Amino acid sequence: MTTPPYKLAVEDLTVAFGHGRRARTVLHGVSTGVRAGQTLGLVGESGSGKSTIAKAIVGIHPVRTGRITLGGEDLTGLRGREPVAVRRRIQLVSQDPYASLNPRMTVGEAIAEAVDPVRADARKHAATVGRWLETVALDGSAAARYPHEFSGGQRQRIAVARALAVEPEVVIADEITSALDASVQAEVLNLLEELRRSLALTMVFISHDLAVVRHVSDEVAVLCQGEIVEQGPVRDVYRAPRHPYTRRLLASVPAFEQKPTPGKTPETTPETTPEKALGMKESAA
Amino acid sequence: MRRVRWNAPLVVALTGLGLIALLGIVAPFLWEERATTLGGSARAHPSGAHWLGTDALGRDVLARTLVATRLTLEMTLAATALAAVAGSLLGTVVWVSGRRVREFGLRLIDVMISYPALILALVIATVLGTGPTASVLAIGLGGAPAFARLTANMAASVAQRDFVTQARLMGVPPSRLLARHLLPNISGPLLVLLSVAFANVLVALSGLSFLGVGVQSPDYDWGALLNSGLEALYTNPAEAIGPAVAITVTGVLAGFVGDGLATALDPRTGGAKARARRRPAVEVSARSHRAPADALVTVDNLVVALPDGTRLVDDVSLHVMPGEILGLVGESGSGKSLTAMSVARLLPEGLSAHAAELALDDLDLTGSAIDPRRLATEIGIVFQDPSASFNPALKVGGQLTETLRVHQGVRGGEARGRAVEALEQVRIENPARVVKQYPHELSGGMRQRAMIAAAILPGPRLIVADEPTTALDVTVQAEVLDLLKDINSTRGTSMLFISHDIGVIGTVCHRVVVMYAGRVVEELSAADLRAGRARHPYTKALLAASPRLQDADTDTGTDTATATGAGTDAVVERAPLATIPGRPPAPADRPAGCAFADRCPVVLDGLCGTERPPMADSVACHAVRQEVQPA
Repeated sequence: MTTPPYKLAVEDLTVAFGHGRRARTVLHGVSTGVRAGQTLGLVGESGSGKSTIAKAIVGIHPVRTGRITLGGEDLTGLRGREPVAVRRRIQLVSQDPYASLNPRMTVGEAIAEAVDPVRADARKHAATVGRWLETVALDGSAAARYPHEFSGGQRQRIAVARALAVEPEVVIADEITSALDASVQAEVLNLLEELRRSLALTMVFISHDLAVVRHVSDEVAVLCQGEIVEQGPVRDVYRAPRHPYTRRLLASVPAFEQKPTPGKTPETTPETTPEKALGMKESAA
Repeated sequence: MRRVRWNAPLVVALTGLGLIALLGIVAPFLWEERATTLGGSARAHPSGAHWLGTDALGRDVLARTLVATRLTLEMTLAATALAAVAGSLLGTVVWVSGRRVREFGLRLIDVMISYPALILALVIATVLGTGPTASVLAIGLGGAPAFARLTANMAASVAQRDFVTQARLMGVPPSRLLARHLLPNISGPLLVLLSVAFANVLVALSGLSFLGVGVQSPDYDWGALLNSGLEALYTNPAEAIGPAVAITVTGVLAGFVGDGLATALDPRTGGAKARARRRPAVEVSARSHRAPADALVTVDNLVVALPDGTRLVDDVSLHVMPGEILGLVGESGSGKSLTAMSVARLLPEGLSAHAAELALDDLDLTGSAIDPRRLATEIGIVFQDPSASFNPALKVGGQLTETLRVHQGVRGGEARGRAVEALEQVRIENPARVVKQYPHELSGGMRQRAMIAAAILPGPRLIVADEPTTALDVTVQAEVLDLLKDINSTRGTSMLFISHDIGVIGTVCHRVVVMYAGRVVEELSAADLRAGRARHPYTKALLAASPRLQDADTDTGTDTATATGAGTDAVVERAPLATIPGRPPAPADRPAGCAFADRCPVVLDGLCGTERPPMADSVACHAVRQEVQPA
């Protein structure tokens, strides 16, 4: 069985903050990718570098070494010359639904800005705005209202609609359900699943929540302290994690279902896997 | 958009400034001639003909003061506008430019701000010469750095927000970024700043003229009049009083506009007065005596109300047995934290708790005369955010032993010894060193352990843990949950454990109370929750809405994956999660009947919408009750 090449690929990516002796490397040669029409789940704990990958891909963080390619085209080299055109091909949806929408712009204006960043004419693009609102299961009348009139889940759907309105090739969703209640989170996750089917959406889904990542992803990459320790089809990784860190992560999730049966995936307790990198987390800084 | 809340200073000041502006328009037409006519006696004292006397050339001072209003206002407005436009452009443009331009621009503003505005203005005035235009340029440019600094600071906070980042990613050009995202979001404070700057500019311009480097004769503004009045201050003080009063009144009024605008634009003002006015009595339902007699904590018909009587927590009853971990689960706004904080007597300001009974054993928690010593030693609290619950300026040891020292009289070495012991119990390595460290030197997980150590130190009978692991990573969370369970089993400490995460609750608790819209909907054992034996439709929906770590087909123990796992590369169809249509009602709009009725899949017509379901057999649901014993 041949696997299609990655639509968005990250090769040997290193990102460091600061200069000289104070430089701190947060990503150490990360390589991963997502195939067209699929979802890559990026999972890891705080400080693992998952958001840094997202920001490096969209060009907020400068890349020290390595390549980011979209459809075979190197984006790292393009940066600077044609940033606007490049940026619009990948869109980011971020965690906080209260910070991601301008409180002084109506929802219609916000989506119109995504369609036409220069003029942002909500009236001229009313039909397009209405269509995108419909795509995320919101009423067309929402266009005339301001963000504060919506709940967290609705705002997150508006943020998704705005990202889609750019018609990007890849959407990066950075912890987009972390600030939501369980029942609202379910709504947003269902929406993403539906969009993936109807629009053949290519997505990188970043989350610390393993159950959520499992629900939306085709492949999953597990990040630990700036390195990918395991990557593979979601079923394989969750059913038979190979790396001890992945096993520890899965064993830590407080969930009701039976943990993977012993033998198939040895259930490990923190004490029995003295994972060096993680053991350090609990000692005094 | 927010409405402008009119307030007295704003109305008075705007009216006053309006009158002064009107005066500025009409005065030259009415009194120009009188103000320039020579004659009469020079430096005459105030009289019926000349209310403020006359100047050195015998001109009427009052008329001159009134006529000078126009030139003064014109100059002040122009200079303010110049300062505001130049300053805020500089201050905001740096935030839509590239990194290098921004760094340079911010340093430039820093350098400019380090020169006092008036000195800068004097230098510019000296270079440009005298006269109204030069004064306006000097004061306007001199005031620009202050505007630049403030707008740069305000724009900085907006520029770093997500929506600006998003706009950049969408390719919005810098000029539009400025006009659409930055300026509208700082316009409020900018307006306040503008009115204050108007007052400052007025004083500065008058100062220039007063010093003789501003407006020159035959033109005159208030500053110039003040200058000529000063010469005769001892013989005819009235001559200086006219312009002085004019400058002061206008300046104060402009300042009032600033204050009034700041109040009007602040969304937090306005509510307090309305709140103080009426305070409706909160009626508490009679005791229902549901709790067993040997319960450690008894909460009977607890109501937590806003000052206007809105019930955020509505008749909640629960109990915690000695040695039990009771879980309180619900989504945001369900009232779970308020319920727990009522027990700990830590309700936010303005909220009041009322209950038929609220007690920790024999300690009545409703009364106002409660022994702070018992409260501090018998209830330990673990908050959500370990980084916010420690004082960053004090060492860990001192903060751990505060209750011991204040309420139990334990001192010095013994207190430290107890702190080290407690840290050991929460499995912190090298506790002797940790007590001497500051909170920022510990990791998040360590801080939460230290918080738990502080909670157990006085030997409490109850620990209230409010989302204690929500801010932690999943592996750290697992360890902290283990630790809490361990403390419970070895020390027998009861716990009231609050979480939005039904998985965490099911893992750590013995018994679970599910809250929805300020009410308890169901009470069940953690074993039942884990097994999915929830009965209330809301609890069921909540369980179904959570994505699972394993599919039903893969956790049966048999290896079905080989059969189903082949299609991993194709697009897998995933069953949608169950969702709950609609939203929970706001506390003020909670319906007469069941709060969940509008969203309930098994709602009974006529009954659920009108009659509040009583708690029967641990479930508050009409449908469940009818199922058990059909009517």
